[in-house]
Amino acid sequence: MSGVSIKNITKTYEKGTVLALDNISLEVAPGELFGLIGPDGAGKTTLFRILTTLLIPDKGKATVAGFDVVTDYEDIRKIVGYMPGKFSLYQDLSIEENLNFFATVFKTTFEENYHLIEDIYVQIEPFKKRLAGELSGGMKQKLALCCALIHEPKVLFLDEPTTGVDPVSRKEFWDMLDRLKARGITIVVSTPYMDEASRCDRIALIQKGKILEVNTLEKIIKKNRQPLFAIKAPNRYKLIKDIRAFENTNSCFAFGEDNHVSFKNGSEGMPQLLNYLNEKGYENLSHKEVEPDIEDTFIKLMLETENHD
Amino acid sequence: MTETVIHTDKLTRKFGDFVAVDAISFDVKAGEIFGFLGANGAGKTTAMRILCGLLSPTSGEATVAGYDVYKQNEEIKKHIGYMSQKFSLYENLTVKENIRFFGGIYGIPRKELLEKSNELIERLGLTSEADKLVGSLPLGWKQKISFSTAILHEPKIVFLDEPTGGVDPITRRQFWDMIYEAADRGITIFVTTHYMDEAEYCDRVSIMVDGAIAALDKPSEMKKTFGAEDMNGVFLQLARNAKRGEG
Amino acid sequence: MKIFLSFVRKEFRHVIRDKRSLIILVGLPVAMMLLFGFALSSEVKNSNIAILDNSRDETTHTLIDRLDQSQYFSVKEILHSEKEIEAIFKKGEVRLVVIFPANFQENLLHIQKAQVRLVGDASDPNTSNIIINYASGVIRSYQDELFGLQKMPYQIELDTRMLYNPQLKSSYNFVPGVMTLILMLLGAMMTSVAIVKEKEMGTMEILLVSPMKPLMVVFSKAVPYLALCFFDVILILIMAVYILDMPIAGSLPLLLAESLLFILTTLSLGLLVSAIVDTQQVAMFISLVGFLMPALIFSGFMFPIENMPIPMQVISNIVPTKWYYSIVRAIMVKGLGFAFVYKQTLILLGMTLLFLGLAVKKFKVRLE
Repeated sequence: MSGVSIKNITKTYEKGTVLALDNISLEVAPGELFGLIGPDGAGKTTLFRILTTLLIPDKGKATVAGFDVVTDYEDIRKIVGYMPGKFSLYQDLSIEENLNFFATVFKTTFEENYHLIEDIYVQIEPFKKRLAGELSGGMKQKLALCCALIHEPKVLFLDEPTTGVDPVSRKEFWDMLDRLKARGITIVVSTPYMDEASRCDRIALIQKGKILEVNTLEKIIKKNRQPLFAIKAPNRYKLIKDIRAFENTNSCFAFGEDNHVSFKNGSEGMPQLLNYLNEKGYENLSHKEVEPDIEDTFIKLMLETENHD
Repeated sequence: MTETVIHTDKLTRKFGDFVAVDAISFDVKAGEIFGFLGANGAGKTTAMRILCGLLSPTSGEATVAGYDVYKQNEEIKKHIGYMSQKFSLYENLTVKENIRFFGGIYGIPRKELLEKSNELIERLGLTSEADKLVGSLPLGWKQKISFSTAILHEPKIVFLDEPTGGVDPITRRQFWDMIYEAADRGITIFVTTHYMDEAEYCDRVSIMVDGAIAALDKPSEMKKTFGAEDMNGVFLQLARNAKRGEG
Repeated sequence: MKIFLSFVRKEFRHVIRDKRSLIILVGLPVAMMLLFGFALSSEVKNSNIAILDNSRDETTHTLIDRLDQSQYFSVKEILHSEKEIEAIFKKGEVRLVVIFPANFQENLLHIQKAQVRLVGDASDPNTSNIIINYASGVIRSYQDELFGLQKMPYQIELDTRMLYNPQLKSSYNFVPGVMTLILMLLGAMMTSVAIVKEKEMGTMEILLVSPMKPLMVVFSKAVPYLALCFFDVILILIMAVYILDMPIAGSLPLLLAESLLFILTTLSLGLLVSAIVDTQQVAMFISLVGFLMPALIFSGFMFPIENMPIPMQVISNIVPTKWYYSIVRAIMVKGLGFAFVYKQTLILLGMTLLFLGLAVKKFKVRLE
């Protein structure tokens, strides 16, 4: 059993004035690749720190692989791998030295567990004498992952491993996570990039300390499906302003080359909007109905919670 | 024909044997939103530093707002705005103090600064937060204040270095609304980002690979050229062939 | 043990790759020893002085000769009236004027009392104190010679107000002082900064989330600094013996053992700071203001404790450097054995245990 269970966790800072996590409950199954998706300040790091026994929750209970995060912290520390959000390796030690050091701290050796990190390590091996501080973002992140893996953890916690990393390195990183998952390691990973949600088995959308949804990506999107239209015209800025000014518009946001629009009255809004825009003299308008993706869904959920506040 | 505000011709910067920026040539027109993309280590930061007057090129030509990057970098600094995700505002100063401080740096006269900062605070809807410490505000707000501060002195160009990293999808788009508005007023936007959908919000985009510009076009044209569905596809095709990539 | 060795290796790498810490570690003791050993003492050699001799007798002539011949002074000018004193000081050519009143020899022989006035240029109070002290010394030794051991009632009275500055008389009392300061600086500051740095960098997070006992993490970090501090003790002693010609009067093993104890004291202070503080800046500030300043003021190295107001003297007792300084002086300068320093040793031991206990108690196994 190497799953993670979180029940009604609440955590505040500054003597209760700042609410970081608000009554959160989650289950991560053993061997699952689970994503925490949400912007900065949503509470992802706080949750990671509670799960890695670095913080004590104000309320609620959480277990990792069956061990309680408060009482059994020593047991948890033996079986988890943790990669904090900030690059947290020794900048003045080389790749090799960092790895060897962390291997010893985790009571193992680099050679003993080389098979675990081999396919990641070969990518950075040519630079093994280089100091960690002089590596690029993508390489630092690979090194940090190696260090977190060196002791063959049962559960891996990765706090925003891909932030500030370019799309190519990000894709490679997720490929690596797939291979780790295949070894049976439970992985909980957070990211502010919505598109990475598709790489997870299940995801939790988190915002301002609350969980908006927990499920597979498809189910979350399906559940929150609403008629959505993509509209584009040469002058985007003016178009967005005009669409927002239209009475039946629910939301209008730029999306790639298009602008995604939803209406208060569903599909009926679209012909009305087209009339409205024609009156304003728009030509070259192109429009089509589109399937919402995770980002559309997140925006919808955010708007809903904000309206409830 | 609109004015050219950034012009580079075979702009090159070497660090020892390492060619960080390799003979890049491009023009950016006034009021344009120019996306400057590239993998980590492709040379984006170096190129941006040269254009901001912080670093001298090794060879080639470049002018920013009409000023030469070799000789007139002090003039350049006066006519540009700069905002990065890493350094934005002083956390332990209030919103008002931050705005006035950065406005003061760019030599906006006192009286005008006072008016402008009040107007800005009102426009951002921050009247009730004006005297709060910036550190207590959510990241999204900080980014908006930071951007508004960077263009308070009405620069010709504003350089934005990954301005939206880690921001939620709504705030990110609100941020882009502000960018559009500024571009509408004639301010040229030079922006880097790792969000590929944001690349499509730009008028034109360049993608750097191994220090050189591998592609430069309108996002729609670029997608056609590379037969990709979105900019992410274009980027992956180009950057995957990068030789040095990580450096 | 393997983990520990790996910590030591890593810590040495940090130090070697960081120029600043290397400078503090090796440069500072060397610089301080050379500074105190040569620069500060040679300054008073061959100082220019002026003489105003209103008596012009045999005794004053001999005294003037003595002053001129000593390695400390050279007589630059003979003045003729009191008025010239201020002028010559203003010119900045001399640092001391020695004034013999009229009838010096007569007074000395007949009323058995004679005055010499020493006027120093107090714009540089330290130097002028040193100079006045040396001048007094020369005059005294002449007096001793003049009357031999036969305790004669004759006296040359020195009309100066002098501070009792033991370190001015003995050029090598500063070695114990330098040892005390260096150990305090390295032990407390470098250890606390090194640990707090890991907190700041976020590496402490990873170390905490490891199977190592959290306290072990911190102790393994501190131990390399014990080795580095001990290295500095040996470095200073080698410099003292071979460069400054200062013999170690007492037992070397005892001196090293006591130094080890003091290093432990400073390390536990460093640990205590690192347990409470979260940024390197604050750690540095506490170490400098909270430890180094009291070490300078209250160890007796710069300012004699005996001359301080009573409350200050009481405060000095809680400053560990005071006790170590007195131990080192006792062993190194006076050549005393353990019987004479056991009290100080016990105090240091007590302090170490107290700091260590507090550090362990304050230590957090989590982030808050």
